[in-house]
Amino acid sequence: MLCDICHKNPATVHLTEIVDNQMTELHLCEECAQAKSAQMEQQFGLSDLLAGMAEFSKPQKEAQDLNAKCSNCGLTYTDFRKIGRLGCGECYTSFRKYLAPLLKRIHGSNQHLGKSPLKISRVIKKKMDLQELRNRLKTAIETEAFEEAAKIRDKIKEIERKANEPRTL
Amino acid sequence: MKLNDLLSHQSEWLKDTGPNSNIVISSRIRLARNLEKIPFPHWANQSQSEQSLGQVVKTTQKVNFLKGATVFNLSELDNIDKQFLVERHLMSYEHTQKPDHKAVIVDNEEIVSIMVNEEDHLRMQVMQSGFNIFEAWSIINEIDDALAKELNFAFLLEWGYLTACPTNTGTGMRGSVMLHLPALVMTRAIDRVLAAIAKLSFTTRGLYGEGTQAMGNFFQISNQVSLGLSEDDIVTNINGLIRQVIDQENQARETMLSKNKALLEDRVNRSLGILKSAHIISSQETIELLSMVRLGYDLGMVKNIERSRINELFIITQPAHLQKLESKKLSSQERDVKRAEIVRSKLNI
Repeated sequence: MLCDICHKNPATVHLTEIVDNQMTELHLCEECAQAKSAQMEQQFGLSDLLAGMAEFSKPQKEAQDLNAKCSNCGLTYTDFRKIGRLGCGECYTSFRKYLAPLLKRIHGSNQHLGKSPLKISRVIKKKMDLQELRNRLKTAIETEAFEEAAKIRDKIKEIERKANEPRTL
Repeated sequence: MKLNDLLSHQSEWLKDTGPNSNIVISSRIRLARNLEKIPFPHWANQSQSEQSLGQVVKTTQKVNFLKGATVFNLSELDNIDKQFLVERHLMSYEHTQKPDHKAVIVDNEEIVSIMVNEEDHLRMQVMQSGFNIFEAWSIINEIDDALAKELNFAFLLEWGYLTACPTNTGTGMRGSVMLHLPALVMTRAIDRVLAAIAKLSFTTRGLYGEGTQAMGNFFQISNQVSLGLSEDDIVTNINGLIRQVIDQENQARETMLSKNKALLEDRVNRSLGILKSAHIISSQETIELLSMVRLGYDLGMVKNIERSRINELFIITQPAHLQKLESKKLSSQERDVKRAEIVRSKLNI
């Protein structure tokens, strides 16, 4: 039997490949087999594992926007699938719909429960304070405690005014 | 501090001062962080890489814990110097590749190191001697907070800290504990223990992290999941898991002592005998024999050699350390001779 690739040397290596559920058998000579295995090794790395995982969650219809670029760094989702690394922090927002299921597959969750940078913690705290004040305002109005309601309203206005000022650190 | 000053200095994590240091060599936490907007190192162009390097280096000088720290620019180091820093666990092997716009920042005690522009803009680590993962977390947490005051890290409320590889997203945290488990290996119980660890989403690696073989009965155990758990949860999980591994190793040691004391004493003393008298010895053999001597010390069979000296030998007999000690390039054969000489001088006292 001659090698399936070069059709010159006798085939000494027999390889079974499964691609898209199709089984193919390859009979190769030593030389072509080495080239083939180098090619396979090069192809199969962490990026392929990740890409493989990402593949599962790829909605069929949206295959065409795999070439959409991250507006900040220019990386495409196809690039990510090739190299297994994202291009910048903004990529997470650009490729949100693909990454949400991928993160869940990797970590078993896609909700961050850890710490936040202090600056951001303060912003979150302000938002939560605001929500709390709005709830209290509602209760005050419902119970006709108008004097109290006025005080809370002023406080909310004050916080909102500050939040709209240019950010200084 | 100059790179050569490290040669005469014992790293904090080798000092043998931490809890359970008979079984646990060191506890380490690393955090991955990136700067907002600037592309990750592998995707950044030259000026962007310069920008991230400049920003990080400038900021670290302001942080209390890092005031006296030294910045080593990788492009200014030769191959031996780079390998030397890897052997001391101050940076990864990956960091030595393509050295442009990369740096490693090391504090004087070698507790903290920050790799700049490795896979992420910042990879910071804190190493402690012995079983001390909580302390490592509290130190690195403080440094992270201090840096975050000056730097804007890429972060989303929903997904946490954003990293080049999605396997690190979230807390960006990896906690690793380095263990010496000779009795579990000798009683052949190690495979069962490692299989159980893998089921709990923890990984086991060798002495030098990713992709290295377990040598001399040393195992590095670390968490894999970084998203969906708080940092405290991750640290608590590691702590609980490691405590059980320590118990298992202790039990295996007791079993061996009660069933096969003579055999154990024989192996320990033969190992010590070879180390004390060999004139040519490879790195691999040194590590394996030192592992037995370390166990012998733990079990009271070896006296007059303190454990910190044994720990030190594991590091200074590595190839780059030998060449720094000799201040010249040595061939593999020359290193084997030099290594044997150093081991003899440290053990024959």
